[in-house]
Amino acid sequence: MTAIYLLFILILSVFVGFELIRKVPATLHTPLMSGANAISGISLLGALALAGSNNDLSALFGSLAVFLATINVVGGYVVTDRMLSMFKKK
Amino acid sequence: MNQQLLINFVYVLAATLFIFGLKQLSHPSSARRGNLLSALGMLLAIVITLLDKSIVSFEWIAISMVCGALVGGFAARKVAMTSMPELVSLFNGIGGLASSAIAIVALLANPSPFVAAVSVLALLIGNVTFSGSLVAWAKLSEKISGRPLLFSGQKYANALLIVMMLAAAVATVVYPLQPQWLWALVALSLLMGILVVLPIGGADMPVVISLLNSYSGLAACAAGFALENNLLIVAGALVGASGIILTNIMCKAMNRSLSHVLLSGFQDVVKSTL
Repeated sequence: MTAIYLLFILILSVFVGFELIRKVPATLHTPLMSGANAISGISLLGALALAGSNNDLSALFGSLAVFLATINVVGGYVVTDRMLSMFKKK
Repeated sequence: MNQQLLINFVYVLAATLFIFGLKQLSHPSSARRGNLLSALGMLLAIVITLLDKSIVSFEWIAISMVCGALVGGFAARKVAMTSMPELVSLFNGIGGLASSAIAIVALLANPSPFVAAVSVLALLIGNVTFSGSLVAWAKLSEKISGRPLLFSGQKYANALLIVMMLAAAVATVVYPLQPQWLWALVALSLLMGILVVLPIGGADMPVVISLLNSYSGLAACAAGFALENNLLIVAGALVGASGIILTNIMCKAMNRSLSHVLLSGFQDVVKSTL
């Protein structure tokens, strides 16, 4: 039953995602891509639970995943903000 | 139970912030605020996840997060404006690798058919994203030639690779406790990512990065199924779906056809007569 419930969430989110972006001016293509990329670092949440477990193997891989996903999240948001701040000045 | 309820309530909040953030990111006047909204959602989600009862030790979490934040923040601050797209590609690949690391742990911890199947999916997509993004990064930063790299019989090699990859994927799901299939799948999917991006020319790289970005969302989404985490599924699906739309918009703006860009390695070389 859990799988069905998760599938519901998936389908509805996919539709929201499709509807979310209609017209994007060309200058915003790269920042939007970069901002969405930062969101895809959400796998950090899954990594956190694994990294904190007392099983050695999952703690090792989990910590690695936390490290990688944090780079993605922090770097992604900072670089998007830098791109967008440059548009303002023009 | 109450803790779980609180965590999931904050997840709903974070998902709402992601949706508003993405919406505002696509309008010039509100783009910067949109990015901050989505960053706020991410921060909330991370902080509340630390309350999870299955987390018993925090040392490694703290160390990895501090190191990751330093590396990511430093790279994002120092990069030259002109090389931002390849940095995004690099970040994207790193995110894909994170999803595939999660998938490996999820698979080894709970080898039930459902978890095995979604983990294999997350691993596959995550690895293709990782190696594909690395190639895209190398092409954009001119570490390797930006020209399409083609060899004769490429489409047969790719078809063979896909068959082998599917076989390894099925074998991993059926025999999750025999790690040789898992490692074969890791190697094959990494190779797949390289072979998919190599035949695509440097000028098409922004489209490829956008598509790989959409893939990394899908990888996070599949990892969410393996871990039964709602927010991973919602955020991953949002990125996956909006990424496909954005890729399509970018293709149209560049006067390209998406299928042509994607299937470069599967077609015979067409030489322009002009």
